[in-house]
Amino acid sequence: MSQVEMVVNGRKVSGTVEDRTLLVHYLREHLGMTGTHVGCDTSQCGACVVHMDGKAVKSCSILAAQASGSDIVTIEGLANGADLHPVQAAFREHHGLQCGFCTPGMIMAATDMIARHPEGLDEKTVRAELEGNICRCTGYHNIVKAILAASKAMGKAGKGKTKKAA
Amino acid sequence: MYSTNYHRASSVADAVKLLKKADDGKFVSGGMTLIPAMKTRLAAPSDLVDLRHVPELKGVKISGKTVTIGAATTHAEVAANAKLASVCPAICNLAAHIGDPHVRHMGTIGGSIANNDPAADYPAALLALGATIFTNKREIAADKFFTGLFETALKDDEVITAVAFTAPAKCGYAKFPNPASRYAMTGVFVAKAKDGVRVAVTGAGEDGVFRSKEIEAALSKKFDASALEGVSVSAGTLMSDIHANAEYRANLVVVMAKRAVASANG
Ligand SMILES: Cc1cc2nc3c(=O)[nH]c(=O)nc-3n(C[C@H](O)[C@H](O)[C@H](O)COP(=O)(O)OP(=O)(O)OC[C@H]3O[C@@H](n4cnc5c(N)ncnc54)[C@H](O)[C@@H]3O)c2cc1C
Ligand code: FES
Ligand code: FES
Repeated sequence: MSQVEMVVNGRKVSGTVEDRTLLVHYLREHLGMTGTHVGCDTSQCGACVVHMDGKAVKSCSILAAQASGSDIVTIEGLANGADLHPVQAAFREHHGLQCGFCTPGMIMAATDMIARHPEGLDEKTVRAELEGNICRCTGYHNIVKAILAASKAMGKAGKGKTKKAA
Repeated sequence: MYSTNYHRASSVADAVKLLKKADDGKFVSGGMTLIPAMKTRLAAPSDLVDLRHVPELKGVKISGKTVTIGAATTHAEVAANAKLASVCPAICNLAAHIGDPHVRHMGTIGGSIANNDPAADYPAALLALGATIFTNKREIAADKFFTGLFETALKDDEVITAVAFTAPAKCGYAKFPNPASRYAMTGVFVAKAKDGVRVAVTGAGEDGVFRSKEIEAALSKKFDASALEGVSVSAGTLMSDIHANAEYRANLVVVMAKRAVASANG
């Protein structure tokens, strides 16, 4: 057994887990935060994406013990009370989801992607960056549209720090 | 996943000590190969010794044309290193096309070469660059390091600490990614240095990464895609699987080599 402690969405959490516990299972089963999904057992679908120390990672392929000491953000940590995060708002506006199963991972991947591209995003980059996220419903089209719109909106909100999205 | 015991190493010496104490332990770095293998019970180490928090294993150092990359440096860090891109852009480009962004945030160069997957990207780069692999015990030339399918010259309790190479005058990499996994269905790394042209092929060989003498000979005459017109490589030792047969891969080797040279020549 391992004693783990980490910060999840700004809140300090700790617990004792079996060493083989995956981070996603720690979040879902120990902390009861079921927003992070498991969609495959081959580390390919990205439904489980969370941010660890500011970087998008697959929580199905990391042990909770490996993540101990880190800062985790999940889909539950994005909205500000009733106000959706701009990426969540863009997914709603542009119909970037159907069944919604892939959506938490898509949105965590999108927020990471936007943060890594302060110069703005174009469609080709968004599609390439979505390599690790599989959606069985939408055909990706509206997901790409939503991410481009969010990147633009967040660029504007960023006090002109961000150049025009291509 | 079978149960296991997790240990976090604070230094290379600590990691070796922890592994020696274990029954059937393994190092874990990014975990992007080992944890998926444990989930499917293809691997069941009694103990995991985590290298991700060992400071001496991290970072890229460049002095003149000499490049040293710490074993626990992630693919994302290699891809985004501007200084490295100015002396050897091909390796940044290679790292930027491994798997997906989430895998690149965790996966490391040391883990990739220790695993020596026959379809992994880094082995081709290190073999073509004539790199040296540094461990806690010794230095190993890339030519001696990759010994077969998922096989390397490493001993069980040997930790890769870094890889180093001299940036060549020109180099380039091209891969035909498997449409589902993004691993190389065939990937070719070409390098033109003072002491000649070296060409390494991944994703195609039955025994893993290998140097292509045919392509090296042709490119030594003229380092240009046109030099590869009419050149063919033997399908004899290439692999056949559900994705492609050996003849198809033999053709891909030449096509990827042409693209790699074109990208090396910019
Ligand atoms: C969805 C997905 C797609 C991928 N696509 C690609 C791809 O396109 N191309 C590609 O090349 N790879 C790909 N990979 C593999 C990825 O690059 C891994 O990061 C890499 O193979 C292993 O690195 P790691 O740090 O994660 O190693 P780990 O999984 O931690 O370890 C792998 C092995 O190496 C050993 N090891 C690790 N570090 C050391 C060290 N310093 N010294 C000695 N032994 C060590 C471990 O004991 C273990 O046996 C993909 C992986 C996934 C999950
Ligand atoms: S559940 Fe993590 S990649 Fe599919
Ligand atoms: S919306 Fe159903 S999987 Fe993406």
